[in-house]
Amino acid sequence: MSRSDSYYGQPVIKEPTWTWEIPMYFFTGGLAGASAGLAWLSELRGDDELARRAWASALGGLAISPLFLISDLGKPSRFFNMLRVFKVTSPMSVGSWILSGSGLATGVAAANAWTGMFPRTSRVARPAAAVLGLPLSTYTAALLTNTAVPVWHEARGSLAFFFASGAASSAGAAAVALTPPKYAAAARRLAIGGAVSEAVTNEVMRRGLGMHAEVYKAGPSHVFDNISRACVASGAALIAARGRQSRAAAIAGGALLGAGALAARWSVYKAGFGSAADPKYVVAPQRERIERGESRGATRRDAKVSAPRRDLATPATSDGR
Amino acid sequence: MPGLGTSFGRGGATTFQQDLQNSDCILIMGSNMAEQHPVGFQWVIEAKERGAKVIHVDPRFTRTSAMADLHLPIRPGTDIAFIGGIVNYIFETDSWFREYVQHYTNGPVVLKPDFQDTEEGSGFFSGWNPEDSAYSIETWGYNRSSGEATAGKSEQQADVSGDQAHGAHGMKLKGGQPPDVDPTMENERCILQTVRRHYARYTPEMVAEVCGCSVEDFLKVARAMAENSGRERTSAVVYSVGWTQHTHGVQNIRGASIMQLLLGNIGRPGGGVLALRGHANIQGSTDIPTLFDILPGYIPMPHPQSHPTLDTFVELNGPDTGAWGNLRAYMVSLLKAWWGDAATEDNDFCFDYLPRINGDHSHYAMMLKMLDGGVKGMFAVGQNPVVGSANSKLMRLALAKLDWLVVRDFQQIETATWWKDSPEIESGEMRTEDIGTEIFFLPAAAHTEKDGSFTNTQRLLQWHHKACEPPEDCRSELHWIYHLGNAIREKLKSSDDPRDRPILDVTWDYPVQGPYDEPDAEAVLQEISGYSADGSFLDSYDGLEADGSTTSGSWIHCGIYKDGVNQPARKRPHTEQNWIAHEWGWAWPKDTRIIYNRASADPDGKPWSERKKYVWWDSEEEQWTSLGDSPDFPPTKAPGFDPPRNAKAMEAIAGDKPFILHPDGTGWLYAPTGLVDGPLPAHYEPHETPFVNPLYAQQQNPTRQVFPRPENVYNPSDGEPGAAVFPFVLSTYRLTEHHTAGGMSRSVPYLAELQPEFFCEVSPALASERGLEHGGWATIVTSRNAVEARVMVTERIRPLEIQGRQMHIVGTPYHWGREGIVKGDSANELLGIVLDNNVHISEYKVATCDIRPGRRPRGKERLALVEDYRRRAGSNA
Amino acid sequence: MSHETLAWPDSYGDKAKPRMGFFTDTTVCIGCKACEVACKEWNQVPMEIEGFSGKSYDNSGDLHANRWRHVKFIEEARPQNVLHVDSEGLATYQEGDGLRWLMASDVCKHCTDAACLDVCPTGALFRTEFGTVVVQEDVCNGCGYCVPACPFGVLSKREDDGRVWKCTLCYDRLKDDKEPACAQACPTNSIQYGQLDDLRERAEHRLARMRAAGQDEARLYLADDDDGVGGAGAFFLLLDEPEVYGLPPDPVDARRDLPKVWTAAAAAAVTLGAGLVAAVFGGRE
Ligand SMILES: Nc1nc2c(c(=O)[nH]1)N[C@H]1C(S)=C(S)[C@@H](COP(=O)(O)OP(=O)(O)OC[C@H]3O[C@@H](n4cnc5c(=O)[nH]c(N)nc54)[C@H](O)[C@@H]3O)O[C@H]1N2
Ligand SMILES: Nc1nc2c(c(=O)[nH]1)N[C@H]1C(S)=C(S)[C@@H](COP(=O)(O)OP(=O)(O)OC[C@H]3O[C@@H](n4cnc5c(=O)[nH]c(N)nc54)[C@H](O)[C@@H]3O)O[C@H]1N2
Ligand code: SF4
Ligand code: SF4
Ligand code: SF4
Ligand code: SF4
Ligand code: SF4
Ligand SMILES: [Mo]
Repeated sequence: MSRSDSYYGQPVIKEPTWTWEIPMYFFTGGLAGASAGLAWLSELRGDDELARRAWASALGGLAISPLFLISDLGKPSRFFNMLRVFKVTSPMSVGSWILSGSGLATGVAAANAWTGMFPRTSRVARPAAAVLGLPLSTYTAALLTNTAVPVWHEARGSLAFFFASGAASSAGAAAVALTPPKYAAAARRLAIGGAVSEAVTNEVMRRGLGMHAEVYKAGPSHVFDNISRACVASGAALIAARGRQSRAAAIAGGALLGAGALAARWSVYKAGFGSAADPKYVVAPQRERIERGESRGATRRDAKVSAPRRDLATPATSDGR
Repeated sequence: MPGLGTSFGRGGATTFQQDLQNSDCILIMGSNMAEQHPVGFQWVIEAKERGAKVIHVDPRFTRTSAMADLHLPIRPGTDIAFIGGIVNYIFETDSWFREYVQHYTNGPVVLKPDFQDTEEGSGFFSGWNPEDSAYSIETWGYNRSSGEATAGKSEQQADVSGDQAHGAHGMKLKGGQPPDVDPTMENERCILQTVRRHYARYTPEMVAEVCGCSVEDFLKVARAMAENSGRERTSAVVYSVGWTQHTHGVQNIRGASIMQLLLGNIGRPGGGVLALRGHANIQGSTDIPTLFDILPGYIPMPHPQSHPTLDTFVELNGPDTGAWGNLRAYMVSLLKAWWGDAATEDNDFCFDYLPRINGDHSHYAMMLKMLDGGVKGMFAVGQNPVVGSANSKLMRLALAKLDWLVVRDFQQIETATWWKDSPEIESGEMRTEDIGTEIFFLPAAAHTEKDGSFTNTQRLLQWHHKACEPPEDCRSELHWIYHLGNAIREKLKSSDDPRDRPILDVTWDYPVQGPYDEPDAEAVLQEISGYSADGSFLDSYDGLEADGSTTSGSWIHCGIYKDGVNQPARKRPHTEQNWIAHEWGWAWPKDTRIIYNRASADPDGKPWSERKKYVWWDSEEEQWTSLGDSPDFPPTKAPGFDPPRNAKAMEAIAGDKPFILHPDGTGWLYAPTGLVDGPLPAHYEPHETPFVNPLYAQQQNPTRQVFPRPENVYNPSDGEPGAAVFPFVLSTYRLTEHHTAGGMSRSVPYLAELQPEFFCEVSPALASERGLEHGGWATIVTSRNAVEARVMVTERIRPLEIQGRQMHIVGTPYHWGREGIVKGDSANELLGIVLDNNVHISEYKVATCDIRPGRRPRGKERLALVEDYRRRAGSNA
Repeated sequence: MSHETLAWPDSYGDKAKPRMGFFTDTTVCIGCKACEVACKEWNQVPMEIEGFSGKSYDNSGDLHANRWRHVKFIEEARPQNVLHVDSEGLATYQEGDGLRWLMASDVCKHCTDAACLDVCPTGALFRTEFGTVVVQEDVCNGCGYCVPACPFGVLSKREDDGRVWKCTLCYDRLKDDKEPACAQACPTNSIQYGQLDDLRERAEHRLARMRAAGQDEARLYLADDDDGVGGAGAFFLLLDEPEVYGLPPDPVDARRDLPKVWTAAAAAAVTLGAGLVAAVFGGRE
């Protein structure tokens, strides 16, 4: 028997077909993007120790990212199909170009930072990597919010900030973990600032989601969210308290923060599935929109023409056809 | 189709599906048209768009009901009472079409004084002979006439009933005139009054009691039919196997025919009785039959004793007035088509070569005989009895008694594979190594791989051209039968045994073509159509002669190759002709789409109304003309024509008698000959029923064929001890997504996925009574067997209130079996064999059963479960 | 030409054909599934057995990569007084007990503002000269972005080859001037194929007639250029709320919010930049 507000409770929209690589990619991309920025700025400031390590994590992140993507796509050649076109309407298309550009730039910059190769190219590549790293960290939010998945789409104003915060904290965390504490002050500030911002933006996003926030309170999304919060809070606390003194604490704190940022991506990612699977998240808000009179009117009961007057049954026998 | 044959003269739908669009009211009953004839159903939708009322009377709410204005559920097997109620309503409200009835039906004919209706005989007509369980029909005839018994067959015994049922060609009437007629129809013994009296007890209240519907709902239907008939309006009746698959199936159709004749709805646009036939070519396979008891064109199969010569055959089978008055010409032309030069005047045109029937060789009779070891070998060609026939287990036990079995099909259907995985193997009742039957499987070519024709539900033949050669060893039926014939003829070549002459003399010379020596299907069509003396193609059966100068393989198809043109292959698109589409395909007889269409004009030949104009008399041209169909009447016979006293054949048909196949040219409200179970329909309960017959003391149709034996045990019915063990009504049917026994659909991926599992439909009330869970499993049990099905609890199935009790239906589609992509138990495991004696059709539509939650036990335990039920019920063998 | 889309007719110049589509009139659908089968047959879509569902006569679930047409079945029992049987013969609820069985054949909507097409990063999804939306299977890289982008849940990936598949509006047949397989198979003309302009006009008349016959529940779905997806190439006449048929009641394509999406991403990127600057330069050390 059917439920009157849905078709046998079946989903209205499809759950994403993406697999585990995607949240991993979100994480590594964000980490790499923010790391590139950190690296270049640190260079400008003269923090070469920090800079070199930040370039390394940027490169690391950018080296793994495409692997995740390709693994999700099935074969390498499929990645290059992305570069057939450039479409602003497709955050994934834009992102592919950003990823490619920033990968190239970061590669050159990191190589230069560690080996001194490409001295000339890297003069452009360094700032390019840093600048491209910023959208690299946030376009993934555009990618998710530009879908019909309600919990994502409804977060279109806030998710990017949440992701940016995550990118900051994870880049900071990586640098904290990799860099001897005495060179890592900026990284610590970034890590802790990012963590605080993560908590705040997460809250802001929830508030804005209304009923959709429910999906963060159930299932895997909820689990990842709890993990994320715990990791972020403890990681930030550890770095704040002991990061300056203890290399071990710095490593542990960095790892916790990184794990927290990763879990946050997983939480968001999984929320999308929960949101797509239950038709109520699609139907109820749209219904409300209609009731509020804000609908653009997918259905219409009134015809634009008037009904023809029909006399009883014109028999087929009389009109020759 | 003797229901239509006895009523109107021909065993085919009186109209065509496209004509439904002209109906003002369409009563679909005993048919699930939208599901089983979806393409034709577009015309019902079209009628609805034009303002027609669509009514569906069916125990279940189906996809047809969903499109109807009114769906009325009734208890399966009670349609005679329901239609009877409408007939009664028509009389009570005086809504019958007087002028039509007076001129076009046998209503004014006076009956013999010794005829007794069921009213006096507590459910029996006069002539009942309890010893033979059969009627002697002498008393059923028209007053002062005497030929019924001969024409209707003297041999009334059940075992040779078939041909007289099919060959319902009527009695001898001098000059086509019934001897005693009262045009005022006031004589107490005239047919109209007899019919009125017969139906008097079918009151709305009685209908409600029998059928389980409310009086008001019934009246809605009756009113709709009456209000939408007459000069200005016409109503159509659509039925299929929901009416035929009963122990009184033929009488269901008789009931509808009577109603339609009274309302003046036959032969007119938007009217008619539309029989929806089954398989793509099932109509064709009765026209040029695969049946045991008739020859092409519904000519009866001769009998050994009563038909020693062609003369006696013609004498005993033909009324000499009406179209059957030329039986001799049809028969001689057939014999000439078959035996060519060997058939001469001197040897009775090889009449002796025809086989004779000496018993009931219908499908079930044959299978039962097989079970007793009386059949050595069988060809199963395009049939899957292990799934499609009632009592599947009995089928398998019978097949296991064969020496050899040849199965020609597209796939390994259950009829070819029962030896390895049947339920009997599972339960240990049979062991593969003990089965002596040698089974040959021959792959068949599909219709896309061969030329040929289909005759669809409306007598319309459409030619299909081969699109590609059949793959590998697949061959057409034509190829197989032709080359098999050649092989046999080769073996007999030097025989001088006279019994081999029919085979050696038969015309068997079709040209072959292509890589596999495929016989030319058009050559066969040409032979069917027939030639005149000068070798030219005949135009119609009017040109057939009794002197051996003409040939025709089927008189009703004569003219199908008119002008040297393959008429069924005509495919002029509908956009280039009017709605009748007369140049699309070819319909027998004489390419007529609405038959008896003379009745669409009044006795004077003028249309009854402008709105319902179809065929009329053009007094200037002095001929019948029409909107574009062939007039089903001698083209220049004036409306006022009065036949001479001694006229014979078509000459004896008066200008106002549209039913030209009947000796008196009328539609028969009352059928004096042709049916074994009575001239009028009477309500009888199904063989297995939880209720008593409120109308007559006689519970069930007394002429039904029963076969009580250990392999075919019946459930006790109401009144008998143990009946309560099987308290529910079981009904079987089809789904759009599958086809019949499933060989052509369970093996097709795209169909298999749409209905992947055998299921049963039950009401929420029954589900809660028996603890059945929606989506879960149920076991359905009868005295024959137990099967398991997924459960569909749905409000589309409604319990009905009958005789103060709630009646529950368990509905199951019957398409599943053990082969194919999707497999499941077969509904036919549940049914026993019990038949309508007119046509030997099985009562697939009603039985009793029990249902319980959960899957059925496996192996031996299934047997134990059934055994337990039988014991508790005291089931009768 | 009306009902213009981003890429049609402009990008085709003279080669543009009239925009073609479907008007699916569910009031005359008899649930025969001929459309579903014809689609699979013509397009050689793989079999997918989903088992007995118990969802009325629908055992094939929903639209996905292996089902481009899908017929839905809704059994509704409602108390009386919704009945309108009159001489126009347009009843839907049964006289008597108010039982009805709605059937509807669903398909890709070929949206004017097609989210799937917008988000496709490879250009595999494209707008044809007929204004329809088609996936080129040799270009699709299985990125899966179109899947959650479609507001109707039409698209999904095929397990074995990882690419997405959906209704092509029988692009191959259209190029040969042939009707799509599903429409041709439909016995009751529930699926009407034609030029979108004509179809819209026909639909208006049909709706007017239904309403005049007292069928107040009849409604058009996605028949207007200003609705949430800019009007659909495949639109419907329904007899109940869209959600009853598993359709979103007020879908909008994602592109409508794209400016906001990009603004947010850009703003977040800038903020991130500022944060980085603050972290690096904002310290006391
Ligand atoms: N898709 C599809 N089409 C088919 C077939 C198929 O298998 N699949 N089979 C073809 C064949 S061989 C045939 S013979 C036809 C049969 O076509 P139909 O006769 O339409 O087929 P059924 O579904 O067997 O039965 C019709 C209806 O009769 C109802 N019924 C049962 N008992 C009674 C009764 O006592 N009174 C009334 N009034 N109704 C009753 C059932 O509920 C059912 O809805 O279909 C042909 N068309
Ligand atoms: N319980 C129950 N039982 C019923 C019915 C019911 O309503 N309820 N209905 C009855 C009715 S009306 C019918 S018609 C029967 C049908 O019962 P059957 O005729 O036994 O079943 P089908 O599956 O139609 O069998 C036809 C076979 O012919 C094969 N075939 C198709 N075309 C060709 C061809 O050109 N050449 C050859 N050699 N083979 C071909 C198909 O593959 C298929 O296996 O079932 C009857 N049984
Ligand atoms: S299967 Fe053939 S005969 Fe049956 S409805 Fe379809 S087209 Fe007509
Ligand atoms: S319905 Fe979905 S798949 Fe079809 S065009 Fe619209 S967005 Fe694309
Ligand atoms: S899965 Fe294929 S069609 Fe869909 S967005 Fe990706 S590339 Fe385009
Ligand atoms: S238009 Fe073609 S591809 Fe689309 S649903 Fe119909 S048949 Fe399938
Ligand atoms: S073919 Fe037509 S009538 Fe049949 S299910 Fe599809 S849309 Fe409905
Ligand atoms: Mo049949």
